[in-house]
Amino acid sequence: MSMTQQAAAAVTTPPAPGPGTEKDGRTTERPLAIRLLARPEIGVFLGAVAVWVFFLISAPPVRDGGSMANILYQSSTIGIMALPVALLMIGGEFDLSAGVGVIASALTASMVAYQLSMNVWVGVIVALVASLGIGFLNGWLLMRTGLPSFLVTLGTFLILQGVNLAVTKLITGNVATDDISDMDGFSQAKALFSSSFDVGVVQVKITVVWWLAFAALATWVLLRTKYGNWIFAVGGNKDSARAVGVPVAFTKISLFMLVGFGAWFVGMHQLFAFNTVQSGEGVGQELIYIAAAVIGGCLLTGGSGSAIGPVFGAFMFGMVQQGIVYAGWNPDWFKAFLGVMLLGATLINLWVSRAATRR
Amino acid sequence: MTTTIETQPAETVPEDGKPVVELKATGKSYGNIRALHGVSLSVHPGKVTCVLGDNGAGKSTLIKIISGLHQHTEGGLLVDGRPVHFSTPREALDAGIATVYQDLAVVPLMPVWRNFFLGSEMTKGPWPLRRLDIETMKKTADEELRNMGIVLDDLEQPIGTLSGGQRQCVAIARAVYFGARVLILDEPTAALGVKQSGVVLKYIAMARDRGLGVIFITHNPHHAYMVGDHFSVLRLGTLELSASRDEVSLEELTNHMAGGAELAALKHELAQVSGVDTEELPEEGDVTTPAATAPDGSA
Repeated sequence: MSMTQQAAAAVTTPPAPGPGTEKDGRTTERPLAIRLLARPEIGVFLGAVAVWVFFLISAPPVRDGGSMANILYQSSTIGIMALPVALLMIGGEFDLSAGVGVIASALTASMVAYQLSMNVWVGVIVALVASLGIGFLNGWLLMRTGLPSFLVTLGTFLILQGVNLAVTKLITGNVATDDISDMDGFSQAKALFSSSFDVGVVQVKITVVWWLAFAALATWVLLRTKYGNWIFAVGGNKDSARAVGVPVAFTKISLFMLVGFGAWFVGMHQLFAFNTVQSGEGVGQELIYIAAAVIGGCLLTGGSGSAIGPVFGAFMFGMVQQGIVYAGWNPDWFKAFLGVMLLGATLINLWVSRAATRR
Repeated sequence: MTTTIETQPAETVPEDGKPVVELKATGKSYGNIRALHGVSLSVHPGKVTCVLGDNGAGKSTLIKIISGLHQHTEGGLLVDGRPVHFSTPREALDAGIATVYQDLAVVPLMPVWRNFFLGSEMTKGPWPLRRLDIETMKKTADEELRNMGIVLDDLEQPIGTLSGGQRQCVAIARAVYFGARVLILDEPTAALGVKQSGVVLKYIAMARDRGLGVIFITHNPHHAYMVGDHFSVLRLGTLELSASRDEVSLEELTNHMAGGAELAALKHELAQVSGVDTEELPEEGDVTTPAATAPDGSA
């Protein structure tokens, strides 16, 4: 492999003119194993299978269909957010405000609908606009100032965390919002965001369906559309992308807005699943999303990754989180597991990106 | 290989060709700093115009004006005889002026074919289902690269795995495919080894034979002399030399590049400082000799 590639670097023969020649021996096709391993989602797929098998053996209740549905539900609430976070990461940025953004969206919908005594759909729409607005603000500030996204979104993270608590207390006099379950439109919205359906004897949450549908859509966009091409380009080399005419600002700002959309969707799920929202929640979730994306094979520095990888990443999280409970262990171990998985995945990523670009 | 490069410019290109791009006493000031002043230059189709100069001579400013990154503040920039002011690189591209920058404007982790079409992707299908026409793009990229003599078996490999010379050639092939009439190459051989430089020079000759006007920016007079039809040497923002190939020899060119006149002045100054033996220093005319012997045979 390395021999032939070095020969490619030192071209001594004049090029064979015209399209007649098939191969000139200067390059060889990379072996199948290398090409497979260069796919960012392969490592995490193997990891997810390993974790699944591990808990199948060590925690007998996991083998039950109902437990599996529960694990998938846990995974989906992480996974729906991990998708836009992953796309943003491929685009070279990350969003620390994603976790509190979910709560901000849920609070907005809840309080707008309740305080104005309107149909909950009004609150849902206002929350969507607010979430997209937060995303736009993040992206716009980033492009405008040229600051790293860590700083910009750390700012929005702190602002939202404070605003969530303060405004909720100011309006409701409480740290949680009022129950909206008896308001107009609630059952409709619940059907969309938080219903369940039966598969045989097992009850499956609708978020699992949304999660997989979004993942399929994200994969298609990423690999088969112009916009997907631009995401890889702005994350891989922003200046080169700009030089060949890729609209860098549009791509990055829209990616932040996509994270806003995800935060809105998960926020709506939480609101219609629990009827009220705790204003102090969501802190720390942003790191879970980022970790799921990184475990899913997305390069933290951008330019490489997939939408399928974070699906497996989120599944590993859901699996470990619930598996520990089913195995009867102390749930405190979850964070330790998480750290080990993150480090392991990062090392694999590093090795893979070196192997894939080695010449 | 050396012989293919050193062949004279193709005779097939008509001599009467009007310049595609012309600079007339063009200058550029950044605030109170005059980076470029009174530079005249004309780029003809099927000809290679070499712009040489040391660091800070104004080469970068010159490219930036022609490629639309900066606007000139004096004189004129003419495309097809009409004066223009480019305000974005896109406008220059639309006028057929493509620039291959030193960093090549490629995304290393992306496959070769995606890089080739980046920013100008081919699509098919109606809007909500509009998708990349991957088949056509791969086929076109492969054909275009083969036309430039680059054969890659795996267009899916990240462009970062190609050698520097190959990447440079992909960037040139891309510019040619997207309808460039004028190709600006910013120090394409600066970071390359001798053999890879040879490959790039060959593609410059190919682009020229395809009828493109090439502006070849370099600080290596030997590379310039192999493919150049016209040589412009910049010094401190002004044109020190502007000569066609039959008016200047490689030795003269090297001498201008090495700053022969300045070296003489420096020698004079050093003579005033005690302890420096100026007798040992080379004469003005000699400054070229040590460097001139090496590259011709090996390139």
